[in-house]
Amino acid sequence: MTAIIKIEDLKRDFQVGTETVHALRGVSFEIQPHEFVAIMGTSGSGKSTMLNILGCLDKPSAGHYYIDGIDMSQCSKDELSTIRNHKIGFVFQSYNLLPRTTAIEQVELPLLYNNAVSAKERLERAEHALEQVGMENRRNHTPNQMSGGQQQRIAIARALVNDPVILLADEATGNLDTRTSYEIMSLFQKLNEEGKTIGFVTHEPDIATFTKRVVMLRDGHVVKDYPVDTKSAQAALESLPASDDY
Amino acid sequence: MNIGNLLKIAYSSIMRNKTRTLLTILGVVIGISSVIAMVSLGQSSQKNINNQVSTMGTNMIMVMRADQHKGGVNMGSDNTQTLTVSDAEAIRSRCKYVSMVSPMVSASGQTVHGNNNSVGSIQGGSPDILTIRKYELSEGSMFTDEDVTKNAKVCVIGKTVVDNLFTDGEDPLGKTIRFKQIPLKVIGILESKGQNQMGQDQDDIIIAPYTTVQKRILAQTYLQMIFASATSEADADAATEEITQVLRENHKLSDSQDNDFDVRTQAEMLKMMNSISGYLTYLLAAIASISLIVGGIGIMNIMYVTVTERTKEIGLRMAIGAHSRDILLQFLIESAILSLIGGLIGIILGLGISYAGSTLLNWPFVVSIPAIAASFVVCAATGIFFGWYPAKKAASLDPITALHYE
Repeated sequence: MTAIIKIEDLKRDFQVGTETVHALRGVSFEIQPHEFVAIMGTSGSGKSTMLNILGCLDKPSAGHYYIDGIDMSQCSKDELSTIRNHKIGFVFQSYNLLPRTTAIEQVELPLLYNNAVSAKERLERAEHALEQVGMENRRNHTPNQMSGGQQQRIAIARALVNDPVILLADEATGNLDTRTSYEIMSLFQKLNEEGKTIGFVTHEPDIATFTKRVVMLRDGHVVKDYPVDTKSAQAALESLPASDDY
Repeated sequence: MNIGNLLKIAYSSIMRNKTRTLLTILGVVIGISSVIAMVSLGQSSQKNINNQVSTMGTNMIMVMRADQHKGGVNMGSDNTQTLTVSDAEAIRSRCKYVSMVSPMVSASGQTVHGNNNSVGSIQGGSPDILTIRKYELSEGSMFTDEDVTKNAKVCVIGKTVVDNLFTDGEDPLGKTIRFKQIPLKVIGILESKGQNQMGQDQDDIIIAPYTTVQKRILAQTYLQMIFASATSEADADAATEEITQVLRENHKLSDSQDNDFDVRTQAEMLKMMNSISGYLTYLLAAIASISLIVGGIGIMNIMYVTVTERTKEIGLRMAIGAHSRDILLQFLIESAILSLIGGLIGIILGLGISYAGSTLLNWPFVVSIPAIAASFVVCAATGIFFGWYPAKKAASLDPITALHYE
């Protein structure tokens, strides 16, 4: 099986004033199809930088990054935009939904930037994505009419709608309470079972136990890379005490 | 990027931010409508003056007596007796750019009919005076050259004179009125002309043959004025030149002597009037440009203030795959649509205001195309520029930086 994501000796330096900060100091790993990888680390470990590069939002200072065998480090800004649009689904910690915009429009948004998709197909795919995250009943709701968990589901639907090669989540449960976090993790597990490859950045070991593999970063290096004895988020949800449900 | 999708994105973005949309449109509307209204009203007033001056006569030229100076003292023109009937005859026969001539003498005094009387003036002229001064008869007829030769005791009168001297329902035609005891038979009634721009009632007028006024009322041989009409508006200057030449010869003035008469054309009067209303138009345009600036700053503010929220939006759009070009086009389309809508409303409102204003003031309604074009261009340019510029700045950021913009 060929890796869909392959990074080789990736480095990323930031210039802060006169000092150079080495956020990534030569990271290499691969992600195979259908994997569910947690990228873990403490603050400043370089995990967000890692994710931004994986999501083609940022370019490495050195090293190579391949998606489906294409070297991203050689791509122009516009080419990266197109890659993001076609191959990547990004889920943010703070949802980043457009204000005063209905759920269905939020989900349609990435497809509006894809000329190959007709209006009819766009709507069908957006509706399908909403069904995948269980939000088909909220299609005309705006973000201020939804809870945090519901907003994150809409954001996940938006990430799914272009049928990405990999779904990348940046602390996707960071703004949510335990119960809602478990619900979101359960959704990610379901999507993974359906065949989605997922890269999940988190600093919570608890959340990482729902994934299949952990890549641990520290000071810009990979310090550990090990498979996880996956727990079911659904089971964890059911085991939560009722009093937690306030 | 598909243009249909872009329009859809721009449209939903406009609809999503109704307050911003309305405020931006309002800025454009205020800027454009005030400029159009002010400039149009200024031009209306100018047109109004033009119209009124042209109602005074047809390519009219007035020859007046010059002021007399004695020992450095200006004695006025009342005692100048140099203008005579023979001058009028000379102008009539020798000036080819002059189509009509009428001598002019006037006297003031009391007019009586039955129990009614009024104080006013009587003007003596030739039959041409009606055409030269753009009067028309509503009833009866004008006196003839024969009446002039015979010093006939006839006159035509204006509507105000009719109202003053005759009781309601009485037909003035054929009746005799007395001006300073001289009986004059009313043979014609003039069409009403209303007030001129100086507020004078142009209907308070009695016109009789100039010979009648000269011999029977004033007992004088000289004239107060000569009215003439140039063959066309363009010939007015040539006619003035000719008249000056003829009169100088007639008065046997040597080259070193000044004219003992003044020749004035309608165009000169118009110029004088227009210089006043011209300043008014400039003043209004100045006020309007201030509104334009205020409107522009309004647009600028709205566009700029929303940049924080929009920078995040731009970051998100780029994160999900929009190219910088898509972002710029979206913002351009958005601000162009807003400017266009605001511009159209502004034009309609501005024209509405100037229409209402000119109707209310009884001025002609003028549409100033340059004002419409200039204000539209300024507002549209401001709207589009300040919609586009923050977007350009935001689109050049990294998606990450834009997303985390606070």
